[in-house]
Amino acid sequence: MSFPGLSRSLIRERTWPLLVDVAVFSVVLATIYAILTTVHYWMGVVTPAAHISRSPRALPGYALYSLVRMTVAYIVSLVFAVAYGYIAAYHKRLETVMVAVLDILQSIPVLSFLPSVMLAMVSLFPTRQLGVELGSIVLIFTGQVWNMAFSFYSSLKSIPRELREAADIYRFSAWQRFLELELPFGVIGLVWNSIVSVAGGWFFLMACEMFVLGDHDFRLPGLGSYLQRAASAGDTPAILWGLAAMIVVIVLIDQLVWRPLIAWSDRFKIEQVESASAVSSPVLHLLRNASAVKWVERRTLRPAWERLTVTRARAARPAAGAGRIWLTRVAQAAGLVLVLAAVLYATWQAFEMLRSVTGAALSTTLEAAGATFLRVVASLLIALVWAVPAGVAIGFNPRLARVAQPLAQIAASVPATALFPVVLLALVHLGGGLGVGSIILMLLGTQWYILFNVIAGAMAIPSELREAADVFRFTRMQRWQTVILPGIFPYLVTGLVTASGGAWNASIVAEYFHFRGKIMTTLGLGAQISSATDSGNTLLLLLSTIVMAVLVVCVNRLVWKPLYRLAETRYRLEG
Amino acid sequence: MAETIIELRGVEKFYGPAEARIQVVAPTDLSVYAGEILALLGPSGSGKSTLLRILSGLSRPSSGQVIWHGQPLAGPCPNVAIVFQSFALFPWLTVLDNVEAPLKARGVPADERMRRSVKILDSVGLDGFEAAFPKELSGGMKQRVGFARALVVEPEVLFMDEPFSALDVLTAENLRGELMELWDGKKMPTRAVFIVTHNIEEAVTLADRVVVLGKNPGRIRTDFRIRMPRPRIHSDMRFHEAVDYIYRVLTQPDLVPAPQPEAGTQAAAAVPAARAKYPMLPHARPGGIAGLLELLNDRGGRENLYRQADDLALELDDLLPIVEAASLLGFLTVQEGAAEITPEGIRFAEAGILRRKELFKVAASSHVTLIRQIARALASKVDHTLPVEFFRDLLDEHFTQEESALQIETAVNWGRYAELFDRDASTGRFYIPEETASSSAEEAAGN
Repeated sequence: MSFPGLSRSLIRERTWPLLVDVAVFSVVLATIYAILTTVHYWMGVVTPAAHISRSPRALPGYALYSLVRMTVAYIVSLVFAVAYGYIAAYHKRLETVMVAVLDILQSIPVLSFLPSVMLAMVSLFPTRQLGVELGSIVLIFTGQVWNMAFSFYSSLKSIPRELREAADIYRFSAWQRFLELELPFGVIGLVWNSIVSVAGGWFFLMACEMFVLGDHDFRLPGLGSYLQRAASAGDTPAILWGLAAMIVVIVLIDQLVWRPLIAWSDRFKIEQVESASAVSSPVLHLLRNASAVKWVERRTLRPAWERLTVTRARAARPAAGAGRIWLTRVAQAAGLVLVLAAVLYATWQAFEMLRSVTGAALSTTLEAAGATFLRVVASLLIALVWAVPAGVAIGFNPRLARVAQPLAQIAASVPATALFPVVLLALVHLGGGLGVGSIILMLLGTQWYILFNVIAGAMAIPSELREAADVFRFTRMQRWQTVILPGIFPYLVTGLVTASGGAWNASIVAEYFHFRGKIMTTLGLGAQISSATDSGNTLLLLLSTIVMAVLVVCVNRLVWKPLYRLAETRYRLEG
Repeated sequence: MAETIIELRGVEKFYGPAEARIQVVAPTDLSVYAGEILALLGPSGSGKSTLLRILSGLSRPSSGQVIWHGQPLAGPCPNVAIVFQSFALFPWLTVLDNVEAPLKARGVPADERMRRSVKILDSVGLDGFEAAFPKELSGGMKQRVGFARALVVEPEVLFMDEPFSALDVLTAENLRGELMELWDGKKMPTRAVFIVTHNIEEAVTLADRVVVLGKNPGRIRTDFRIRMPRPRIHSDMRFHEAVDYIYRVLTQPDLVPAPQPEAGTQAAAAVPAARAKYPMLPHARPGGIAGLLELLNDRGGRENLYRQADDLALELDDLLPIVEAASLLGFLTVQEGAAEITPEGIRFAEAGILRRKELFKVAASSHVTLIRQIARALASKVDHTLPVEFFRDLLDEHFTQEESALQIETAVNWGRYAELFDRDASTGRFYIPEETASSSAEEAAGN
């Protein structure tokens, strides 16, 4: 009787890896095909206003184009973030400047870069589709790179002293130190920040796949332009198809990329004791067990690594000569002078330009800034009103959390900009204006940050504290005042900071919209940036971008920083 | 005399900006000789770890020279290894990869790396654990990996920075024993061992030579040889005398120690204590001080500190600050390694909770400079508040930034216990609590 069982187990052991191998090979083939198609399209003659089909059959192709843009932008961001973080962490003189640059660039609304970036890229490659594509990629890059760079920088700065000393005393080469100490230490932060960044990237991709610049009408084939076109035409089935494709793409990325990455990065946790909870990923499991993957790793990666490590180690032996240090010093100084000169020149030019700002333009800009500020506040308040009770209810109730959390995650993963045309369509039907409508549009993107942070905060409240509230028969009011609100406070602040940043950025797309051949707009700083972009009014664009950046930085310094401090001192949940 | 491997000549270390630098190590000469185990002992803040890092080349002295085999040294020593207190293993590498890493850095090819690592893992009793990750191991096992990683490069000097202090007593004892077996059996590929510790018995058990440091700034107070055969037995008279001698030196910071008479010690090259510019608060809690005084009072008011530490199973680093604090407050005096309670101390030990707070308040505001300064400054302000930063700046002139932060923490602790002042964490200001004012008003009304 044992014989069939044995043979079956043998067969099973053999068939699984084979299946997996076939799957891996087909993925490789598909990737090569996709690359070829994309390159062919990129190298094709420029078609700025591509015809966007509304047929669902076109969707897989559009999804691919959008995905390729995202992927390229992400890889560029990753490389840049690691290099930036590395330099900032190790060059004492550059460090303060580079961190300040990060802080400011994070507060500048990305979409105000759009016109200049697009025009520059198009003029670089006037005869190739590549120009417009590169423009959208650079835009996504500017939107997602900063927090990744900051995460890697702060990981490097927080490497425990003794680990660093171990690497020093055993004389690791720079390469070995990077591979065995710095990169592993930064991986977890990089993975989580990548997830956030890519979500933000989708937001901008949807917005910049279809836009008007003066009399140029740029349309890139992709999911975002498909949705916009479907909404303009009022084609409900096409809208639904588009949304479905969007959700499928995002869920697939989550399952095929992020989950395996999170599960894999678990081994880089710095904890010295093994923890019980771990993220599991069937995809990662399959990849690890696929013999093809193993074979490739054994034959290519491992020997290459080995060779690199040993040669780098040997190269590191003799100390660098004094002459070369002198040379690099000169090169550094020259580079610094060049950069400084460029910055000074650009600043001077900007000031020259700003001198011609009229009082009237300034007062409308400030008025617009006030209107947008009120909208941001309103959208945050609305989000607070529903997301705090809902988040606390979900966080306190594990059964509810099991149902609600995945649903909310899917809802949150759809980029708000993809939904804009759909919401606008509804607004037009209801006869509402963009003045109030744009608040709803901002809310679409920002409410999730608050919800997820509140859920996490509610889950982190120790059950003893809740039990104490039960035992002492706290009233509902007292319970919220003494247990729940202080308990979720640090998380709530984090959620609010992210949400407010998102709302400011969203205002640029939410307050001004090309819809069915008309322009819908309302008074606001975002609308002013967009319309200045449209009409090619560089002066107004510069002015409103500066005002917005100053506002965002001020709010960060005056409101969020003190709240963060309070969260870190008084409302910390530990002894 | 044995060959000198590493030598410090007039080495000093400062922290902070040039115009307001703090001296953490006073000019120091120290040599590591071939064939010896050298133990460096001292209270916390005496620059033990700093000296280890200067000797190993991890950190550069602010002035003075590090000489390695007669040559001045710049950068890490070419062939040394460190065993760290926190193990400092790379958590994402397996045990084998961790041990191979230093060999990789030297460009040793893969097969030889593997062979040497497996061999050294065997010798520290880790065969079978090659594929495990550090987090799967107990503390003792982790430190074995730390030893294997250090020994695999066959270092000329093996440095150890409190290697056993993160382990429980039994594990530490066991590991120490195995280490001594390797050393005495000449199975360890190193020529000298340098161990930093705050455990006096550990130093006397292991070392051929003991160097005791004083603090504020860090300096050598005594340097002597222990000529006892190993394994050393704790019940040996000479063992006791050596431990007692070190205790006496450590508990009397201002004393110029006499050379240790017995146990075949050499003359001590002692440096008198530099007069400290600003008195330093020992980091002890009022509760700890009260506990020590109660115990001392129960046992007749006078006791040998070494015996007391042994009975309480307290490490030197834990007991010394409490003794110092109690003597600063005038509750006890220390002489010849023994503590004697004062009449004031007896009163404190026998008082109830509230009375104790009053006695502490009186003692702290008359004997403790920092507490007195804060209380007076607050009293002289109309609104009775002052920013904490003000005192931080004041302390930064005398201590490193880390130390002045600790000074503030301890001052807050004592100020709260004495009900002299409090700190508001959200505004970062010291203030005189309302209750103190109102309760004294009530008392006045009641009388």
